[in-house]
Amino acid sequence: MAGRYKEGVENIPIEQIADALFPEVILTTVDDFLNWGRSWSVWYLLFATACCGIELMQFGGPRTDADRIGSVFRATPRQADLMIVAGTITYKMASRVKLLYEQMAEPKYVISMGACANCGGPFWYSYSVLRGIDKVIPVDFYIAGCPPRPEALLQGVIEVQKKIKKEKYLRAKKSEAGG
Amino acid sequence: MEGIENIYTYLKGKFGEGIGILDKESRDPWFEVKRENLREVATFLRDDPELGFTYLVAITGVDYSKFVDVDYKGKLCATYILYRLRDSHQLIFKVFVEKEDPVIPSVWDIWRAAEWHEREAFDLVGIKFEGHPDLRRILLPPEWEGHPLLKDYKEPEEYRTPDGYLVVKTHRPDPLRENNESDQK
Repeated sequence: MAGRYKEGVENIPIEQIADALFPEVILTTVDDFLNWGRSWSVWYLLFATACCGIELMQFGGPRTDADRIGSVFRATPRQADLMIVAGTITYKMASRVKLLYEQMAEPKYVISMGACANCGGPFWYSYSVLRGIDKVIPVDFYIAGCPPRPEALLQGVIEVQKKIKKEKYLRAKKSEAGG
Repeated sequence: MEGIENIYTYLKGKFGEGIGILDKESRDPWFEVKRENLREVATFLRDDPELGFTYLVAITGVDYSKFVDVDYKGKLCATYILYRLRDSHQLIFKVFVEKEDPVIPSVWDIWRAAEWHEREAFDLVGIKFEGHPDLRRILLPPEWEGHPLLKDYKEPEEYRTPDGYLVVKTHRPDPLRENNESDQK
């Protein structure tokens, strides 16, 4: 064994290396453990109202592959942790956005995807388009672009993961966790 | 029968005063049909073996309030785009009405496609189609006030659902107003 290490470097017994790599006991807090589990299963609600929805599909497809970071799509708000609002929201649609957000279970997060959802985008002067979904529901992350690339959306979900990992989930009040 | 001039002459011989002016300089040539004769002209356009326009592509509502240099200034217009499937021939005619009396007879039983197109023209421009079986809004929410594609439309300060579930300030600067304060913020 000794011959495999360079001179001057302290030789470490193989048992010690194995213990370091494959510990039998992991010390952590319950918060960190729960957050670790939550952050790798950010399931998102399919909410595509315009061309951003095409990029949202690509985000779930094999190239960007949201599944590798544990994000899969849900067709119902009851099972979703994250709402990705992808597309133009009209006033007629805005009450549905609010209803769907309220149907999601706590803790919940919102990504506003693309120029339309951020601020109305090219429809700023329209009589019927809501100028930003943050007038209706709280938003965690905004993604710029018209539409944004799937990689940008992936970065947004990674930011949601980072936010989840920082949270004191057990001690948080209802209003503080998510949203 | 092909060509807008031939069709125009043919219809003019049949209906006389019921057919108005012809504009063949426009990129999409069109002629005018008087409101009183719309239903007979429409039925003739569909059923006559020479014409046979069996397919209605669209009905478009237009507000000509701020249009200059034309004699139909200040009027509302419904544009009917017809199509003949057997030789891919397109035909456009327009019906003009006064803004104070925006009533046009419905053609929903002549071309069934007209039913939703007339609802759209009613929704956005406010033309009332007489005889339509179900003339209500198709795109905007049912509680919406006014017809937004009219040139004198004023946007309200806020949008509110009837049950008060959603109240949103519209925050829309008027693009036609000069020195718009909210636009510069």
